[in-house]
Amino acid sequence: MTQAATIAVEVAAIEQVTPLIKHFTLAPLAGGTLPAFSGGSHIVVVMKRADRVHRNPYSLMSRPGRLDSYEISVRRMETSRGGSHFMHDEVKVGSRLEIAHPVNLFALDKIARKHVLIAGGIGITPFMAQLQDLHAANVPYEMHYSVRAPEHAAFLDRLGEEEGERLHMYYDSRGEVIDCEGLLTSQPLGTHVYVCGPAGMIEHVVATARAAGWADSHIHWEQFSAPPVGDAFEVFLARSKLKVHVLPDQSLLESIEAAGVDVPYLCRGGVCGFCFTKVVELDGELIHNDHFLSADEKNSGKYLMPCVSRARCRNLVLDL
Amino acid sequence: MNVVFKPDETFRDEFRFANSTHAIRRFPFPFAEDEYMYSVNIEPHVAGPQGSVTEFAIDVDEHYVAECRERAIVLAAEPLRYQALPHMMSAQWDCLELIMESLARDYPAHFSLARTGARWHWINRPLGIDHTFTFGDRTTLPQEPLEYITRQTQGDWVVMDQREGDLWCEAGMVTTQADWSLDFDVGMTFKEWHGPVPVAHELGVFDRALKYLLNLRLNEPVRRLNWTMTIHPRLDTSPENYHQWGPDRASVTLANAGDAYLRVELQGLWRLPRSNGIVFSVRAYLISMPELVTIPKWARRMHRVLKSLHPALADYKGLTRYRETVAAWLAPYDDGAPTSAGTAPE
Repeated sequence: MTQAATIAVEVAAIEQVTPLIKHFTLAPLAGGTLPAFSGGSHIVVVMKRADRVHRNPYSLMSRPGRLDSYEISVRRMETSRGGSHFMHDEVKVGSRLEIAHPVNLFALDKIARKHVLIAGGIGITPFMAQLQDLHAANVPYEMHYSVRAPEHAAFLDRLGEEEGERLHMYYDSRGEVIDCEGLLTSQPLGTHVYVCGPAGMIEHVVATARAAGWADSHIHWEQFSAPPVGDAFEVFLARSKLKVHVLPDQSLLESIEAAGVDVPYLCRGGVCGFCFTKVVELDGELIHNDHFLSADEKNSGKYLMPCVSRARCRNLVLDL
Repeated sequence: MNVVFKPDETFRDEFRFANSTHAIRRFPFPFAEDEYMYSVNIEPHVAGPQGSVTEFAIDVDEHYVAECRERAIVLAAEPLRYQALPHMMSAQWDCLELIMESLARDYPAHFSLARTGARWHWINRPLGIDHTFTFGDRTTLPQEPLEYITRQTQGDWVVMDQREGDLWCEAGMVTTQADWSLDFDVGMTFKEWHGPVPVAHELGVFDRALKYLLNLRLNEPVRRLNWTMTIHPRLDTSPENYHQWGPDRASVTLANAGDAYLRVELQGLWRLPRSNGIVFSVRAYLISMPELVTIPKWARRMHRVLKSLHPALADYKGLTRYRETVAAWLAPYDDGAPTSAGTAPE
């Protein structure tokens, strides 16, 4: 399977919702409707710049039933490799972009008796659509949303209006933190917990839930790692017989794509495992940044996920 | 495309069924080689050649009207051939949309769909249905959406929910199956419901297939072929009705082996948008041995596949009692000449 067909969209509206977050409304260039989706889905946005192509995943935030447009939010990253800066600085109303079909790697469990949703900062985005799905489902839920300070609380008006008492806000600036232990030791059987936010928050929620006896099947998290910046390195693609140079702020997957080789992907954030690649030769070390491979697989040096992982070596040969 | 239907066909009792020359030429013959073994033979469900069974997403052929009537007969006697667990309602609507949109787009002479917001107007001319309903509102349809629309299709449908890194068989319409039961399997995980299949587990087929399907993408359906054999053109070879068809397998002789049918399942898999579930379609095509041998390459290859089939596979497919008899019936049509690669007639 090769890369998915994309859909051409036009930016219909842009809103600066917090000092760091811009909200984009994307309408199909051809008119009509976009594909239906489920809450928790993301799309990959293809950003074509003069010298390179970025493909970044963003959670869909619009109401899943509304298909004349999609909405996404983009946080300006301090150490951006270019994607978030491109969206913030170069994309205007009327700009044209390409998107891939929605993929859901963070779906609500349909037989859960209750849902506990926990968001940190920009991690609120997948929940915006999930909450719309939950309005239509007759299942209890609560939304816990932690932000740095009131001015960083994106979409608070909408959430406050629609969620009422089910919304619990926490402001770092006021010293408020989510009491995970209290929250996760007082839930009825059959509850599922979902967390999206900074890595530390996800680790804390998952560890607290496990310690409280939650089954892994009831703990859901999503964290798209942005591909980290690193040293430049070279890679040889054995099957394509191509040498590829990976720049410091370019992911391995992006460099391989730029060389004209298709690698199947879904999330581009080290979660789904779709771009799983075998290492043929290596004379240094792999820098694994994904959440997919097991510790043993990472230590074996035989596999890597090129969407987020890199290498520090003189010679790396991949089975591509 | 205009299909000329054969509404008088029947798949039970006196068995009135035949394939036209056109239907024989387009039959999805499954054997690309002279020997058969399991593989993860999944390919993108993209448009095949004009006139082929994969030209359109959902194939409608000359047996459509008769097969819909057969489904209604089965459901009248055994309503549990259709089931849907309560959390599958959004997936039901996804299926209704997929089927209505495909049929209306690909067979405009026979089906039409007009959408005005959530008000949908559906016309099925071959079955004489003209219905306006509200998408998402169960009360505006005479049956649940999945039952309503699959009563208007050929082939079986299984709808899977995706959770806990697995696929759960939790809704379906299954009336034309090769000896498996939705009533028994509903609620099972992917590997549980494939439990009885021999050899394939050891080959790791289901590990790979599950991993592949969990990542199935919207707008990129896939398909595969499976096959077995059936005595008489009987669509309902269910465990529930084993007493009606099981004994047929012991009645095959060289004189009547022409009543053996190759039964090929065109299986399609689509990611569903609103529910994030997957729908699995199993469309059975039947061809008698006398029809099959009108294509010399298929006659040679069918003979060779039956002769060389792994005994465990023959057992699982229920062929053990008659495979040698059918092979003997086919032997005069196999002159030993080499067969060309691929499944197409020469």
